[in-house]
Amino acid sequence: MPIEVNGKTLETDEEGYLANLSDWSPEVAEAMAKADGQELTDAHWEVINFLREYYEEYQIAPAVRVLTKAIGKKLGADKGNSKYLYELFPYGPAKQACKYAGLPKPTGCV
Amino acid sequence: MAMLHTINKSPFERNSLDSCLRLARDGGSVLLIEDGVYAATKGTKVADKVTAAMGRMKFYVLGPDMKARGISEDKILDGIQVVDYGGFVDLVAEHDNVQSWL
Amino acid sequence: MSVKKFMYVNRKAPYGTIYALESLEVVLIGAAFEQDVSLAFVDDGVYQLMKGQDTSEVGMKNFSPTYNALGDYDVNKLYVEKESLEERGLTVDDLMPLTYEDENDDYKEKPSIRVVTSEELSAIMDEQDVVLSF
Repeated sequence: MPIEVNGKTLETDEEGYLANLSDWSPEVAEAMAKADGQELTDAHWEVINFLREYYEEYQIAPAVRVLTKAIGKKLGADKGNSKYLYELFPYGPAKQACKYAGLPKPTGCV
Repeated sequence: MAMLHTINKSPFERNSLDSCLRLARDGGSVLLIEDGVYAATKGTKVADKVTAAMGRMKFYVLGPDMKARGISEDKILDGIQVVDYGGFVDLVAEHDNVQSWL
Repeated sequence: MSVKKFMYVNRKAPYGTIYALESLEVVLIGAAFEQDVSLAFVDDGVYQLMKGQDTSEVGMKNFSPTYNALGDYDVNKLYVEKESLEERGLTVDDLMPLTYEDENDDYKEKPSIRVVTSEELSAIMDEQDVVLSF
């Protein structure tokens, strides 16, 4: 089902991931989060931006184990654990954060 | 009749290059595309074979397929001309017929 | 579950067929099982690791940067057969300089690619519990 952002209709797959990476803007993340009843704080954005940078460099969305480890290294051990990430993204950090970041569903994510 | 031969398979995995060189007539042209571009690179075990065939046919290689595979122009055998998609179309137009070696 | 030795054997060039990309995806998925994983690159498979790949003009996804992420997935043994490189006029300098951080050695960056002879690779293959071919 497509989503409406700033009067533009953007295509998504059946799970709500953006069909075209290039359609992404911060407003897309806000709109997706709003639909989930979730507010995006700076802490959320830290993870979303991290995912976008990771994808830019490696062309994949990282598995949750890899994400946790990498976040810990970059943003500090207090953030590099699944408790912190699940509190931010209760539907699953890799899944939900990747969706807001406009990335495809992580490879190997169930 | 001048024939344009296209080869899109790696010379290390299939015998498309061998069959083409065996059956193609003098004066024709060979355009290496997709995985066929590996046949155009220097220092391979098929390089001598390709160089020998240059005496009787013209050789071309498709630039975009080289770039995709990380092959820069300095790695291409002397005597092989790099063409882009426009050049591909020109070659097809200049020849009487096209034979694809798959 | 005991840790088993898994080897993925890659023998195909990257863009002409789907094997290379499929293999890479299976490796990334399989990494979740935390086994002892290694990759072998033989025959045209060595072309998967060529540096400077640029697919912008062919309309395909350039998945070569993803090999750099393998270290994050604890996949850090990439065996490249020397004979396959030589037949193709290549040396290790033509390949991407892939590295991983060694957790057991103060996170030092170390090269993931190891060029091995056919005989060495043959012995490594013989040690495996599971071999998957692409």
